[in-house]
Order: sequence, then C-alpha cells, then structure tokens
Amino acid sequence: MWSKEITQKIRATAESLLLEGKVDLIIGYEAGSTPLRTAPSFVRSAEQASLLVWNPFCENNLSVYLEGRKEKVGLMAKGCDARAAVVALQEKRIDRDRLLIIGLPCSGVVDRQKLAASVNIDAVKAFSVDKDSLVLQTEEEVRLPLEDVLHASCKTCSRRNAPVSDIFIGEKSSEPQVKDEFAEVKSFEGLGTQERWRYFRELAQKCIRCYACRNACPLCYCQECIVDQTQPQWFGKTAAEEDTLIYHIIRAYHCAGRCIDCGACSRACPMGIDLRLLNKKLQKDVQELYHYIPGLNPDEAPAFGTFKLDDPQDCITEK
Amino acid sequence: MSVEKKKSQQQSWEPKIVAFLCNWCSYAGADLAGISRIQYPPNVRVIRVPCSGRINPVFILKALQSGTDAVLVSGCHPGDCHYVSGNYYARRKFEIFDHLLDFVGLEKGRVFFSWVSAAEGENFGHLIKHVVDEVKKLGPAHKLVKTIEGPVANCQQTMVEG
Repeated sequence: MWSKEITQKIRATAESLLLEGKVDLIIGYEAGSTPLRTAPSFVRSAEQASLLVWNPFCENNLSVYLEGRKEKVGLMAKGCDARAAVVALQEKRIDRDRLLIIGLPCSGVVDRQKLAASVNIDAVKAFSVDKDSLVLQTEEEVRLPLEDVLHASCKTCSRRNAPVSDIFIGEKSSEPQVKDEFAEVKSFEGLGTQERWRYFRELAQKCIRCYACRNACPLCYCQECIVDQTQPQWFGKTAAEEDTLIYHIIRAYHCAGRCIDCGACSRACPMGIDLRLLNKKLQKDVQELYHYIPGLNPDEAPAFGTFKLDDPQDCITEK
Repeated sequence: MSVEKKKSQQQSWEPKIVAFLCNWCSYAGADLAGISRIQYPPNVRVIRVPCSGRINPVFILKALQSGTDAVLVSGCHPGDCHYVSGNYYARRKFEIFDHLLDFVGLEKGRVFFSWVSAAEGENFGHLIKHVVDEVKKLGPAHKLVKTIEGPVANCQQTMVEG
C-alpha cells in the first residue's frame, strides 16, 4: 500500500539502522526533479533519512546499485528489487551478511506514459494516493484508478512483497491473482515466423543503441559488457538492423533464467520498445522446461548453473 | 546483376555451413569419418572447440551474420563429456537458445545441435548430409546476414570464403 505512514516508518527505520550502526548505507528513493519522479537515494547519515520517500513512482530497481559495494547496505525493496538482490546473492555478487533487505509493501508502480494519455503530466503540481486511486493536482483535480495506470510488468506481477527480507515495513500487500502472466508471449508465439521476424526487425529499427536497458538492468553487472568489447569485437557498432537485433537477442539471453521481470529495461527505454517480450519468453521457457522461477531462494542453484540428467533435448538433431 | 547471372548463381549455389565440434567426441568423429573414407558433402567448415559447453550463442549469431547459411554445433553424448558435465550445461543453453531463435522469427533449419561420439564416423557423415539437405531446401540465408556495401562487406566476404 502507498501511504504517508509507510514513508514515516521507512524514515524512522532508516534513522535507527544508521544510528545503531547496523548498516552504513541505505539505498532508497528520494523526491525527483518533477513531482511524478523519484530518484535513487543513498542515505549515509541519520539526518539524511528524512529525504526518503515511498510512493507509486518509486520505479527504479535499486538492486542495480548493490554492485561492488564494500559497506553494509540496507536495501529498500519492492518485490522485484528483493528478487534481483536474491539473484545477486545466488551469483555470489554480494555477501548475505553485508546486505539488509528492507521489504516494503508494493502495490505496483505507475507508468507515466499511461498517465500522459489522460493528463498533461508536465502540468501536474502534486499528487496523492487515495485508497485505490491516484489523485493528480493540475488546474483541476484528476482522479485515476491506480489499477489502470500501472506498468505492464506490475500488471503481470504476482510477487509484490519481497520473498526474502530481514525487516518488513508495514503490512504485506495482497498478491493479485494474475490469470496468465505469459498471455502476451503466447499470443505472439501464435503469429507466423515472418510476422514475428518483421516485428523484431521493426524493433531493431526503432532502437538507438543507447544501452539504457542494459544499464537499468539489475542483472547486467559485467565490468566490461560483451557489447563494448573490441578485442575481439563480437558486436557490430553500426546502426544496421542485424547488429541491433543481435544485441537484443543476446541481452535477453544473458538474462535467461535470471530475469525477475521488474520491467526496468522497458521503463528505461527512451524509444518505448517493449523489451520485456523477449525476457518474458525466456522466463516462460525456463519455467516450463526446468520448473524454475528466479529470485525466490538464495540457496537454490540458478537454471543455467545446474542440470538434470533427463533434461528435455528437443533441439538435438538425431541422425 | 542480370537475371541470367542471378539464375546461374542460384543454380551453382552451395550452402556454407560452420560446424562447431567439440575436441573430444565430434571432432574425433569427423576425423574418423575422414579416416574411414566416408563421403559427405564438402559444405562444412569445422571449428574445433574444447567442449560444447564452450559455445557462446554469440558465436552462432556472429557466424550467421557473417554470411554462413547454417551453423551446426555438436558435442559428446550426454554422459560422455570429457569434462563430465559440460554438455549437460550446454544442453540447457542450446534448448533455450533454440526456442529464442524461433521466437524472433529465424526459420527452422539454420541452427542445428547434435551429439556425435568419437566412434560415430558414419553418423557424422549422415548428419552432415542431413544438414546440407535441409539447408539446400531453405536456400541462402537472408535473416541476420549483415550486408553493407563497401570495404567492410568485402572484408567480411573474404573472411567467410577464406
């Protein structure tokens, strides 16, 4: 639930954690440059704790900032932030004893693009949350049901609360019943090969290769990304469709069995590409073939880090 | 290009296939096929890798992008891996990657995965025949193939042909 009380509790908790020396740093959200934005916040002292906010625009996946941290970190975590942190724990990128997961009750984050359809977002001076609606203050008051303006990734999310947390602030959100989280993928699979190819070609034409999707992704942590490598240079640097499409295939593939579908890539994309489609497809396959859902248990081996003797092998040509 | 020239090129077209073979089984299998004088089409260019687990999907995409008509990846049968479990991990990667390529609309029959042991020289011959037949049915690859006029293209062409 989004409420002022939660914000107060977060600030109080952050303050006491920092004062008691349980953590050196709290990663959370603070108010952004405009009313409908938040920015990642790095709180190192108790006085700064009052910066922290909690509202439906807390959209960044904060686990991105866990990479390379030496200090003890408290992470404000929605379901997806916590799951990304679990993947990081599985991959031994961070130590469990240097990470304190502060679970927060998420009710899905708001997609500004969807807001833009019904309101001029530049004219919004303030907003508040009233039960299940978002109230925007422009010249007049605009009321929108939260459910209608949620991000696509939040629409298919059935794990809004952190599966692993050391502290949980507030009451856990009720988990929505998602009918079929892979409905979109399935309908896309139903299209013909040529149609699918055309779709991805168009996607590649749209892409400007800014790599915002990679940078926003909590799973992309390589010090030198394979895309940036020049010796050998695996990826063409041109704007040719083939180069771009290969980038997208590999970007998604590198997240196979790891992607927790936080939607950070789609949100980061300045060209409005639905990057989640490829990720969702891989998620579906991994779930169907290996019965594995990433980001739930830090002690579990990731899908590609283990195998079974009788794994399916339909791709194998028998001759 | 004139129509006749194009036609004659199509008729004389032979698929180029890159085969990634694992050092311990499939490469030895290909070797055995050679020693045993087993006839198979000369369309494959073999690249030896230490294990099927060494295959990075980027290799496959890069090969297709550089103008090969198909890619074959072959390793030891499950249970026979020289490194005990390399091919089991590879199997998961291949299966998921195969699904993904299909999803983005790459036609079936451009990427093959197989298991060939060091004793299966004859099977290797059969496999290559099968792959070449399939690729001939499909014709030259167009999807993912990077075609740029000028020096870059020429350089890539020499790489593939050379």
